[in-house]
Amino acid sequence: MKINKSLIEYKVREERRLSFEEGLFLFQQPDLIWLGKLADRVKRRIHPEPIATYIIDRNINYTNICVAQCDFCAFYEKVGSGKGYVLKKEVIGQKIQETLRLGGKQVLMQGGLNPALKIDFYEDLFRYIKTNFPTVRIHSLSPPEIQYISRISRLSLKDTLIRLKAAGLDSIPGGGAEILVDEVRQKLNANKTTGDQWLEVMETAHKMGMKTTATMMFGHIETYEHRLEHILKIRDLQDHTMGFTAFIPWTFQPDNTSLGGEKTSAFDYLKTLAVSRLMLDNVPNIQVSWVTMGAKIAQMGLYFGGNDFGSVMIEENVVAAAGAHFRMSQEEIERIIRIAGFEPHQRDMEYKLLEHREH
Amino acid sequence: MVDSALQPVYDKVMAGERLTFEDGMRLFESNDILTIGEMAHYVRLQKNGLKTYFTMNQHINPTNICRNECLFCAFYRKEDQDGAYRMSPDAVRQKVLERINEPITEIHIVGGLDDGLPYEYYIDVIRTVKEVRPKVNIKAYTAVEIAYLAERSGKSWSEVLDDLIEAGLNAMPGGGAEVFSERVKRKLFTDKLSSDDWIAIHKLAHSKGIRTNATLLYGHIEKDEEKIEHLIRLRNLQDETGGFLTFLPLAFHPENTRLARLSMATGFEDLKHIAVSRLMLDNFEHIKAYWVMLGVDLAQIALSFGADDIDGSVVEEKIYHMAGSKSSQMMTRNQLKQLIQECGFIPVERDALYHEVNSEVSEIAS
Ligand code: SF4
Ligand code: SF4
Repeated sequence: MKINKSLIEYKVREERRLSFEEGLFLFQQPDLIWLGKLADRVKRRIHPEPIATYIIDRNINYTNICVAQCDFCAFYEKVGSGKGYVLKKEVIGQKIQETLRLGGKQVLMQGGLNPALKIDFYEDLFRYIKTNFPTVRIHSLSPPEIQYISRISRLSLKDTLIRLKAAGLDSIPGGGAEILVDEVRQKLNANKTTGDQWLEVMETAHKMGMKTTATMMFGHIETYEHRLEHILKIRDLQDHTMGFTAFIPWTFQPDNTSLGGEKTSAFDYLKTLAVSRLMLDNVPNIQVSWVTMGAKIAQMGLYFGGNDFGSVMIEENVVAAAGAHFRMSQEEIERIIRIAGFEPHQRDMEYKLLEHREH
Repeated sequence: MVDSALQPVYDKVMAGERLTFEDGMRLFESNDILTIGEMAHYVRLQKNGLKTYFTMNQHINPTNICRNECLFCAFYRKEDQDGAYRMSPDAVRQKVLERINEPITEIHIVGGLDDGLPYEYYIDVIRTVKEVRPKVNIKAYTAVEIAYLAERSGKSWSEVLDDLIEAGLNAMPGGGAEVFSERVKRKLFTDKLSSDDWIAIHKLAHSKGIRTNATLLYGHIEKDEEKIEHLIRLRNLQDETGGFLTFLPLAFHPENTRLARLSMATGFEDLKHIAVSRLMLDNFEHIKAYWVMLGVDLAQIALSFGADDIDGSVVEEKIYHMAGSKSSQMMTRNQLKQLIQECGFIPVERDALYHEVNSEVSEIAS
């Protein structure tokens, strides 16, 4: 059947799954409002309440030393560069204490692939955190880190995850996915973890009952086809595991990276957000990225498929190093969500609404 | 359509009927931004097709010394204050010469009401620019400045306009309109021109063949009904004269003003103002998304919400940058074109009067 707008409208109305070719048709559509309306329809079906969620958490970049040298990364330092650091657990503890005091419930610890840090470092760190701050949720270590830890600790992926979980790891952020197509990963010099390995970490975690998110970094050298391949890989795995809570597409930030180039446009961002919502019929939440797109576009993202505003309190060295400098307070996030016509609601990592707001 | 209250408005728009005050209120009250955008986009396609205008322009703000102290203004300084400046006609000449090799077609000149400068200065600035770049369109002085010049010189508005036209004025910007509301005026810009005078000066300019723009300043203490009334007054004058070229809603930038406690308008509000303006102002050919003010990202999205003009490559736009606008100062012609093309529109380079220009000139500015 020939793909056209009315066929897509029909399929969306009837809750049918969209194909790769249909996804491509969506990407090639210049009619932004049409895309927005379709994505908004799906979003309202999944989230009928006029609510937009956010979470208060803190990003802690526990080390910047990394053996990988991804072309899009402005954060890493090579081993022995003299500028590398590993945060002491007391320093991390202090940051967590601040986070809790400010109403945060979760820490997002991510860092480089540091050859000095084997599994016992993480076990020790997580136990320390859980002993001292039993309520805090540890949403940490993206798949490349987990895969690397398992390698240098000579453990299977499964054993690595079992041990990390036992030490206190609650859930896994979906970073390091970039574009899950090896041809693209190779060109970005990001193939230390292949696309399959990334998916394998997530599959293993999901099968152990851990929830994770998934990201996509776009707007660099990839094509629409690559984006769709990425999105469909997430959709396929989700069919099997239902372990992804959210999908977070975000744009490549070129400053200070060896890849360089221009930032992709707001038009491309909103379109990609809408296509993600339409294609990922089995992923409940789509998160907008105000850190990379700014408040104005992120707010409009709530009408292009997004239902979650991400995290309030940030210490995002990775993105800040690459030139994204947006900062927002809880109050500001709540204000712009309200102005867009939604009720702001704090949530936890599982996207459950928190009943009592603390100020 | 998510908000069924918009259905009657939608039907009117599709039938090409004029919207009433109540329709305008319904639009402002609705959160169904995509339906509002869809309607505005429909009107935009009727009027301009896929054409999206941009211009290569230069901004000159000859003086920032102003006797008024509008609460929302971050631009003005008092004579003895840090950062106060005044450009001599020769400095203005240098400014124009600096970019003489760029394919600029419009020079936009506005500034403060500077009691330390003679009436002749304001005329000389225009004359100087005209001398250095005779072919360029000069879009200069808001109605506020025209009224001020009349007061200073004892001449009538009409005589002031004649002097300016004689010196080379081609068009007038739409600034100083703010919101046509006595309530807001009393609170924020007591000393400024009344809305009746603003309207009268534009009407007079139109009668002399000077095309002008119109603006609305939103995002401060104004009410929805005041904005709809404002738009309807502009629409009425346009029915009478047809002299308006384009309308641009301007978001108030609170930073560095004495209203800094207010928050900046959000993207949702920016797009709503663009779209509602497109829908209410059925007799305006163009709606502009001024990228210096909105930021490049939001201006690009506004093109799908009713705007058909993104303004131009601007150098030294002081007014919004003093108010904390973070957008970069300049975009090249290629960047502007790309931004437009990416959304499926056709970039058309224009001069101040919307004549198509420079289709194939050298890309010096790129
Ligand atoms: S993106 Fe991650 S893995 Fe790649 S260089 Fe940066 S820190 Fe290392
Ligand atoms: S808005 Fe114009 S009139 Fe008011 S203070 Fe600023 S420069 Fe002067």
